[in-house]
Parts: sequence; structure tokens; C-alpha cells
Amino acid sequence: MQVQMDVEIAGLKLRNPTILASGILGITAECLMKVARAGAGALTTKSIGLEPREGYENPTVIQVECGILNAVGLPNPGIRRFTEEIKKLRDLKVPLIVSIYGFSSEEYAKVAEIAAETGADAIELNLSCPHIKGCGAEIGKDPEMVSLIVEMVKEAVDCPVFAKITPNVADIKEIAKAAASAGADAITAINTIRAMAIDVETCRPILANKIGGLSGGAIKPIAVRCVYEIYEAVDIPVIGCGGVRTWRDAVEFMLAGALAIQIGSAIAYEDLSIFKRIADGIEDYLSRKKFRSVRDIVGLAHKE
Amino acid sequence: MGWHIKNNELRIVKIDKVKIEAYNVKSIFFKDKLSSLAKPGQFLMVWIPGVDEIPLSVSFASDGLAAVTVKEVGEATRALNKMAEGSLIGIRGPFGSHFKIFGKRALVVGGGIGSAPLLLLINKLLRNSVKTLFIEGAKMHSEILFQDQLNLLRDEYDLEIVFTTDDGSYGVKGLVTDVAERYLSKRRFDSLYACGRELMIRKLFLLSEKYTVPMQASLERIMRCAIGICGSCVIGKYRVCRDGPVFDSKQLREINNELGRFKRDFRGDKVSID
Repeated sequence: MQVQMDVEIAGLKLRNPTILASGILGITAECLMKVARAGAGALTTKSIGLEPREGYENPTVIQVECGILNAVGLPNPGIRRFTEEIKKLRDLKVPLIVSIYGFSSEEYAKVAEIAAETGADAIELNLSCPHIKGCGAEIGKDPEMVSLIVEMVKEAVDCPVFAKITPNVADIKEIAKAAASAGADAITAINTIRAMAIDVETCRPILANKIGGLSGGAIKPIAVRCVYEIYEAVDIPVIGCGGVRTWRDAVEFMLAGALAIQIGSAIAYEDLSIFKRIADGIEDYLSRKKFRSVRDIVGLAHKE
Repeated sequence: MGWHIKNNELRIVKIDKVKIEAYNVKSIFFKDKLSSLAKPGQFLMVWIPGVDEIPLSVSFASDGLAAVTVKEVGEATRALNKMAEGSLIGIRGPFGSHFKIFGKRALVVGGGIGSAPLLLLINKLLRNSVKTLFIEGAKMHSEILFQDQLNLLRDEYDLEIVFTTDDGSYGVKGLVTDVAERYLSKRRFDSLYACGRELMIRKLFLLSEKYTVPMQASLERIMRCAIGICGSCVIGKYRVCRDGPVFDSKQLREINNELGRFKRDFRGDKVSID
């Protein structure tokens, strides 16, 4: 029996539930097209702001036990320049999600508006970058700010708006609820976890920014727990993110409540064929367990 | 799991030896097993603690010892070249693609500090009995690299060396690309290898197409993660850190629109190369 691999998230049609995570490769149109050809169901760009940013000095990305630690610092050319890349992606066969950040709700709304006008299929709000002063998680840990930003962005654009939220809070459900009640169309969870590494020979932090965000296998169980809690707290779709490297990881997120999953750090360990490999693995699993579609297993772990 | 990720673990090594190669250019030697296994053209991420982490190609690799050859061009390279024997640096890598050896007659062209990875390549070509012509270009005499090592190789193997300087202070006066064309027009080569400024590489690429010689060129872009995820080093559809830094004729054709014309700056914005 044919298994239905396509999923629909807030009107966005994905041929399979694998999405390129923000911050990974999505700075040029050609690079994004390559990821689409490799099999991704949707693409998320790097986070784009109103003004250009150079990011931090190196070291910006280092490998630690079971994961990757980064403080790249949101380098991006600013939304006005980035529209050139968005325009080149008009013929893209998969949905383009433009990730955005801002230092105020007005900035988020302005960037979202320009991105949507230029052709973004959806906006993902970066409310969770853990290492920038005055934006990302600094804003995203306050439910009232989250709700204000979501409201303003929803007012500024007609396309779906996803809120990518931070796990660096006492209760992630509160943040998810704030986003959902303000009108977010989906929740992406989670972004990286604040972390650091110190070299014992030179006795200094390795990242130039000292503190960064941890991704990869180390954070997967935390991400699965977050998705599980958010699924119970809100009625909008959840997109799982954090350490997905195999179809088994993807299915685990779906059982916890994710309708789709994002892939990022795993590209460092594998290669771009990981999207197809994971999608094929999910399909084999569904078929073996006699499920008819991805939707059939979303949140299944919640059943008594 | 990919080999590049196994090489990605940060190692802290002591600088074993510092050798002055030319004006403002030094080779920094250190003991590191993985680096000493680098193939010609591969690069390392070198961490200068408290300053920066920069990509540098491997210029020497043998018996557990490796070196990078560094020209002072900015804050990080200046800091690295000031470091004394015994100082600690961090190493990740080797990363990326490498120069492949084939054919019987090779033309190798280096421009300025771009000659850094070519000594390793020339060694390998000669040990594989490839008759090699190396054209090394520099602005002036004081910037010519590896002269002693090259002369030693020439004594032992089938190596021909031509030095060119822009100001005529040593060897042939003129641009390295003009000299290369003179040889390409009168001799057959099975392969052309190049490293240097991208405008030089672009010119050589066009010459390699004109004279139908397969080419391999080492390119450079802003590097952050070096493991193919951050996207800082993209050129066309390729990541220089993982798909490159050495690209062959087929790949160079695919990035012909950008090669020697545009690059991405720290913001990911497209800027022209001059």
C-alpha cells in the first residue's frame, strides 16, 4: 500500500516532512536549490534582519561531545539585499521559509513584510538565537514580547508565520502558548541550548563569543521532551528540531507531536543526501507498521 | 561518519619550528598526526587563541610533522607569524578536496602566497614520475617562496622551474599568466594546477579551456565551520570547505560566472573581486 509522505503545515504543502533548519547553508539561492534537489521537503533560510550583520570573529563553530557548539552571530546581508536571493528562488519546487530576527517587534514586522512581498512562502520568527544581545532568545524568553511580535508580524503578512522558540526558559509551554494565542500558524522547537567549551591547554573559552548554542545529538532528548510538552499545550502544528540525524530520530519527534522535522547539524556528519535518506526511512517505517500517512503517527506517544 | 568530521576535533599543538620563507612569510611547523597525513591542497583551520581562527593550506606534511606557510596580511596572520617556538595554537582538519595526480606532464602555476600548498603537490607529482614545470610568480624577488627546497627537488627529479616577478627583480619579468600562456601555446601538458589570486586563476582557467588542458585550482573563501554547514564559503552551488577547496575544470565551468568576479563577504553579501 502506498504511504502518504506529503504533509500540510498551515497551508504549506511539503512533499515530505524534512525541512532544512535555519542557520544552515541558507545564505544563497544556489545553495538552497542544491538542498532542494537533494530531497528536502522545505527550506529555511539563514536568519535575516533589517540591517546587515557581519557576525562574530572565529572560532564560531566547534565540535564538542555529541554535538556542535556555535556562536556565528547571525551574519546576513540585511533583508533588502537578501530579496535578490529570494527572487532567484521563485521557481523552487518546495516551500521557502524565510527566517527572520529583529531587535524590536517593529523590526520583525518590517523584515517579514519585505520577505513576504518578495515571495517567501512562510516566515519563521527566530525568537531563540541564544547568543545575541537584545534579540533572539533575549526577546523570546518573554511571553509578552513573543505575543507582541507574533501579532505584529501576522498583521504585516498574509503568509503563514512560524514561531521558533527557545528551550532556554523554565517552561517552554508558556512561550508556545503565547505564540499560539497571538496567532502563530506553527511552532518550531527547539533552537540551540546555551552552552560553552573551555580549552584546558590555553585555559580560555574556545568560541570568540565565549558562549554559544549547542545543537546535534546531545540536545535531541531535550528537544523531544519540548515537542511533547508543546503538543499538549497548543492546537497548532509543531515542527521538531534538534539533533535529527536518522529516520528513527525523525519518527521519535513525530510520535512526540511533530508534523515535520528540521535538519541542520547532521549535515556536518553526513551529507546532503541525508534528507532523502531520512524521508525514505520514515516511509519504510510507516509502511512496515501499516500506517497510511505521516499524520497517522503525529502525537501517537500521547495516547494512553 | 565522514572523515572530515573525525578530523574536525580541535587539537592544541606546540609550535615546533618557525622558518622565514620570504619577506613577511613564515612557515610554522608543528607535530600533529592528522595534519601530517594531509593530501596536497587540503587545508587546516588554525586557531590563534584570543585572536582568530583562519583557514590555511598545508605546505609541509611528513612523518608526524606538518606546516602552514603564512603571509602577514591582517591581524590574525600577523599574530600567528609573531608566535615563537613553543607557543600553543589550535588545529582542526585537514579538510576538503585535494589535487589529483594524473598524466605524464604537469604545469603547476603559483602566484604569491598561493604557492604555499604547491610544494606538497610538486613533491607528489615528482614521486609519481610526472614531468613537472613549475612557474612561480611573485611581485618581487623578496616574495619568492621555497627556492632552496625547489632547487633540491630539481637536482633529483624531472622538475623545471621558472620564476617570474612583476617588477623584473628576479627571473622573467612579467605576469605569471602571460608566462604560463607562452608555455601552454608551445608545449602539451596533461594537467594544469594553480593556486593564487582568483583573477590569476580565472585567467589560467580560460587558458586551460583554450588549450584544452584539464585544470585543478585551489580557491579561497571566508571560512567559519569548515564542515559544510554554515554556508559562509559558498561559490555557486559549492561549499569551498567541503566540495573544494580544489576544483576541477568541470566544476570551474559551473562557477565560471562567479570565479574571479564575485565573492561573499562576512555578511554573505555578494561583492566584486578586484
